[in-house]
Amino acid sequence: MEPLILPPIPDLHTIDVYESHGGYAQLRAALGTSPDAVTDEVKRSNLRGRGGACFPTGLKWTFMPKDSVKPKYLCINGDESEPGTFKDRQIFEFNPHLLIEGAIIASYAMGITTAYIYIRGEYKHWIDLLQKAVDQAYARGYIGENILGSGFSTNLYLHRGAGAYICGEESSLMNSLEGQRGYPRVKPPFPAQNGLWGCPTTINNVETIANVPVVLRLGAEAYAKIGAPKHPGPILVGVSGHVNKPGVYELPTGVPILDIINNYAGGVPGGKKIKAIIPGGSSTMILRAENIEGVCMDADSLKAAGSSVGTAGLIVMDEDTDLVPVLARIAHFYRHESCGQCTPCREGTGWMEKILHRFAHNDASRSDMDLLLNIANNIEGNTICALGDAAAWPVQSFLKRFPEEFERHLRARASA
Amino acid sequence: MSETHAARLSEENLRRIEELKKRYPHPQAVVLEALWMWQGEHGWISEDGMRYIARLLNIPDHHVFGVVSFYTMFNRQPVGRHKIEVCTNVSCMLRNSERILTHIENRLAIKVGETTPDRRFTLVEAECLGSCGTAPAMQIGDRYYENLDPQKVDVILEGLK
Repeated sequence: MEPLILPPIPDLHTIDVYESHGGYAQLRAALGTSPDAVTDEVKRSNLRGRGGACFPTGLKWTFMPKDSVKPKYLCINGDESEPGTFKDRQIFEFNPHLLIEGAIIASYAMGITTAYIYIRGEYKHWIDLLQKAVDQAYARGYIGENILGSGFSTNLYLHRGAGAYICGEESSLMNSLEGQRGYPRVKPPFPAQNGLWGCPTTINNVETIANVPVVLRLGAEAYAKIGAPKHPGPILVGVSGHVNKPGVYELPTGVPILDIINNYAGGVPGGKKIKAIIPGGSSTMILRAENIEGVCMDADSLKAAGSSVGTAGLIVMDEDTDLVPVLARIAHFYRHESCGQCTPCREGTGWMEKILHRFAHNDASRSDMDLLLNIANNIEGNTICALGDAAAWPVQSFLKRFPEEFERHLRARASA
Repeated sequence: MSETHAARLSEENLRRIEELKKRYPHPQAVVLEALWMWQGEHGWISEDGMRYIARLLNIPDHHVFGVVSFYTMFNRQPVGRHKIEVCTNVSCMLRNSERILTHIENRLAIKVGETTPDRRFTLVEAECLGSCGTAPAMQIGDRYYENLDPQKVDVILEGLK
């Protein structure tokens, strides 16, 4: 597949080069049709969100009320903080106008007059790069008043976060954007009814919005034929950990994971065997190497294998990796990032981290394995937002699929 | 109320805040950006700074205190001229970020969380920076440094006065 999101065109980040490769033609075309026609095209393409939940994008857009007396908002989620995920920064750097074009098309489709791109605070460098592109787009009349003479007007602003993983959770992101602590909100009400400042709001991931001009350019039918039928399109797969060529690879959905590791990411250093993979960012369930034969990078294949596609941030661990300290590090992360609102998550993440440190230091007892699982099970499903689940899933899946890793640390204590 | 002469934002930033307020229906939405400006001018955010920003945006003091304490990138104490944040999350860990952290600790003769006596460097551990494909990585100020090894770290630190 030719790369569609990150084509290797020199200086594509500049508006002249972007325009000379057909950039902003989809915005022009969209403004010549009805907003409903645009939403319908996105719906028929089967584009699903790239932020982890894989929700059908066109369907999400239809949740926005048509005749709202209140203003409507679009929030584009560029918080990108899930460990193992580093795809959106490639879009900011190498194809920012694709994101901007998608944002304005989405705004038109939903009748939105203000859109924000929320970007994690650490990405100051990339915020500056994207701001340059936004300024260029304003100067050429692609954003602002009466865009391309269509009568449609909208603004697009960048909003910088300040270091909080939880702000990638959509309701927390809205609170953060409003200038509050980034606490997740109870749902319902859902953002389409009651989002930013109590107004109808849609939140989409950066990569999702970057796919919108691609959908319109290819047409819904052609787009829907790329990759896995139920989860189609290009997907940015970030490969990290024990591979020779880590990086972001744009692939159609549905590429076998072993193919990604061996043929794109150059295989495992030293010709070592794979022990385990985490397929879609640190919260997705770990898989044993012997169980990934034939498993592909798409929502259905990974679900069937007992994990999920998440953000397609694939973390590879070789045969010499001690998985207990890896899990302890993941547990530390979720403890650090828990916002503290819900007791199971606030208390449970700290408890799990402590127990895992006991394992890592060969100081755990056999009953700690049951205790660990018990805590994880009591966090899962019992919190306002999905961070609780994200903290529980790694613990549950490491324990279930790699009990021997914990046993080894128990034996080391016994023989000490 | 006591106010030191320095406890304010530059005229340029004040003008910028007025511009930013127009982007949102409520001035409170500018609080993170105002705090960034404060930290940019002063290096850290004092209680005076928080009170100043609360008055500027017409929001309660305690609200600003709550915001500052929620976000990890805001310094609530003075830090060295260069704040080194070494990522030790999974992808960096698998590519030996521990070695980078230990190397910096030894080189600067400080532990994680400490500042060198000359106030040149502060060293902290960071959560995932989004540099998993270029691990191990660290951030110093607004800049990312990636694909690190101890020699590379030496050159980088040498260049920061």
